[in-house]
Amino acid sequence: MKKYILDLTVTENTKLHDSYVLLKLTHSEALPEMLPGQFAEIRVDNSPTTFLRRPISINYVDTEKNEVWFLVRLAGDGTRKLATVNVGDTVNVVLPLGNGFTMPTNSTQRPLLIGGGVGTAPLLYFGKKLQEIGIRPTFLLGARSAKDLLQLDEFKQLGDVYCTTEDGSMGEKGFVTQHTVLSEKQFDSIHTCGPKPMMVSVARYAKQSGIECEVSLENTMACGVGACLCCVENTDEGHVCVCKEGPVFNIKKLLWQI
Amino acid sequence: MADLSVNIGNLNLKNPVMTASGTFGYGIEFEDFVDLEQIGGIIVKGTTLNHREGNPYPRMAETPSGMLNAVGLQNKGVDYFVEKIYPKIKDINTNMIVNVSGSDIESYVKTAERINELENIPAIELNISCPNVKQGGMAFGVTPDGAAEVVSAVRKAYDKTLIVKLSPNVTNIAEIARAVEAAGADSVSLINTLLGMAIDAEKRKPILSTITGGMSGAAVKPIALRMVWQVAQAVKIPVIGLGGIMNWRDAVEFLLAGATAIQIGTANFIDPAITVKVAQGIDDYLNRHNFASVKDIIGGLEV
Ligand SMILES: Cc1cc2nc3c(=O)[nH]c(=O)nc-3n(C[C@H](O)[C@H](O)[C@H](O)COP(=O)(O)OP(=O)(O)OC[C@H]3O[C@@H](n4cnc5c(N)ncnc54)[C@H](O)[C@@H]3O)c2cc1C
Ligand SMILES: Cc1cc2nc3c(=O)[nH]c(=O)nc-3n(C[C@H](O)[C@H](O)[C@H](O)COP(=O)(O)O)c2cc1C
Ligand code: FES
Repeated sequence: MKKYILDLTVTENTKLHDSYVLLKLTHSEALPEMLPGQFAEIRVDNSPTTFLRRPISINYVDTEKNEVWFLVRLAGDGTRKLATVNVGDTVNVVLPLGNGFTMPTNSTQRPLLIGGGVGTAPLLYFGKKLQEIGIRPTFLLGARSAKDLLQLDEFKQLGDVYCTTEDGSMGEKGFVTQHTVLSEKQFDSIHTCGPKPMMVSVARYAKQSGIECEVSLENTMACGVGACLCCVENTDEGHVCVCKEGPVFNIKKLLWQI
Repeated sequence: MADLSVNIGNLNLKNPVMTASGTFGYGIEFEDFVDLEQIGGIIVKGTTLNHREGNPYPRMAETPSGMLNAVGLQNKGVDYFVEKIYPKIKDINTNMIVNVSGSDIESYVKTAERINELENIPAIELNISCPNVKQGGMAFGVTPDGAAEVVSAVRKAYDKTLIVKLSPNVTNIAEIARAVEAAGADSVSLINTLLGMAIDAEKRKPILSTITGGMSGAAVKPIALRMVWQVAQAVKIPVIGLGGIMNWRDAVEFLLAGATAIQIGTANFIDPAITVKVAQGIDDYLNRHNFASVKDIIGGLEV
């Protein structure tokens, strides 16, 4: 897929709570095609401590409004600065990068999309793309507490939503891999993005249950285009670039101890 | 438009802007962003005789205005390069140059011999900053004798343009440059990365799997500029300057310090189209100051 360096314009910056913002950006021309699970490398201006671009997943693409959305967790200086952009400001992005999730080949498939924390971000756009091919996916979203479960209304429009929170303030109390929906419903594939320990337990569950599973990795990156070899993950083919061969990998390729 | 062309050994560069090894892949990773043929020369990833997996992850740490890397020369070896990669890049109409690394003299020589057979690779850049396993891990490039030994051996086996890339992790870089020149190098490029380190205070652990790594980016520019200036005064062969070049003005500073050409490394990560912008910026600078040719400003520092 052709990659672009684009100056996008901020149309909306919504603070979802203390540590998350939702940025909506548009372009003077039609945005390029993007696949769910792909990401952008965003340049952060005016942050003296931020030298490199920041990789952020494509959260959603609104083709009617020609907008791309990014859900940003305020992790450090770079994301904190990015969160201060105003409507009308320019944000420089390189996109679309990486491979993206595997789309089911027919509409009878029952994918389960599991997200934790900001890892729910790419699942929203994945849900939309599944809807376009006639699939209503199941979302299983995990967070620390109810207020950390983001974009629930949007998720509910696209599929059946189940939640877990660590404090029990919404959905079932505990971790995603403990949720009862896993035993109550049948799934053909699992696609997950979130903190590494969560993805490891999801991968373990999938392997034990014999369900196809892919995970989206967040290795630290420098170039984002497969040139520097900084972001590598060890796989059955040796070190491969997460930014180019990933960020989405079938768990069979990874050397995780599961 | 000013005349931007420069010569390095037998190479003719349409402009003095090259890309630094390890930061631009094989060029093709950037073809969506820039017209590769508008770049004076592309130095591809470090290539070794045998396949190398490189160091474990994590290999990168961001630092103030720069970064550390510990990639460890991951590459599939020279045979893979010749068979699989060369066919994809050989028709790119610019100087495609291979950066060659080794762990002993023999592996440098054998790799250079293989590359010598490739018609459309007009030069190699010899990376003498990697550890010499036979001499207990000390890099060839840190002593004048070690540097001269590997360069003489490669010179005998390689008859096209030979660029030697110098390590900045030495006490007297000019001395090493002179040794390399005497051993038959056509040009020297500098600087490679500076040895550095990053620590995660919360975890009380090093950030890189290798504990220390190579520093690059804007933060290293003053050191690189100083070394380029010292080396340009010490040798007669053309010097290629690099280290922290982020824009055309940085590039002009290196030319003024005595570099005949420059390389752009880490800046490609921040702006993947930076190379052609720097070439354009140099042209604008020359026009603004009424210089007909870029050669008029090389070493033009007024002291
Ligand atoms: C492919 C990919 C997709 C991503 N998608 C999103 C997304 O949609 N939304 C979002 O908010 N974040 C996402 N991230 C993570 C995001 O890139 C980091 O949180 C961000 O780079 C931190 O930058 P900073 O300057 O704010 O923090 P820094 O000061 O750089 O770091 C603050 C803390 O975050 C950690 N951190 C830094 N970089 C990363 C990283 N790449 N991955 C995980 N932790 C990191 C550091 O170790 C440190 O503890 C993604 C990362 C990748 C690789
Ligand atoms: C990720 C990365 C990988 C590199 N790999 C190589 C390499 O294989 N061979 C080499 O000679 N230099 C390598 N370098 C060093 C660069 O070519 C260059 O000398 C250095 O980064 C300084 O320039 P800069 O500040 O413009 O990046 C690498 C640098 C980086 C950042
Ligand atoms: S970040 Fe450079 S290769 Fe992946």
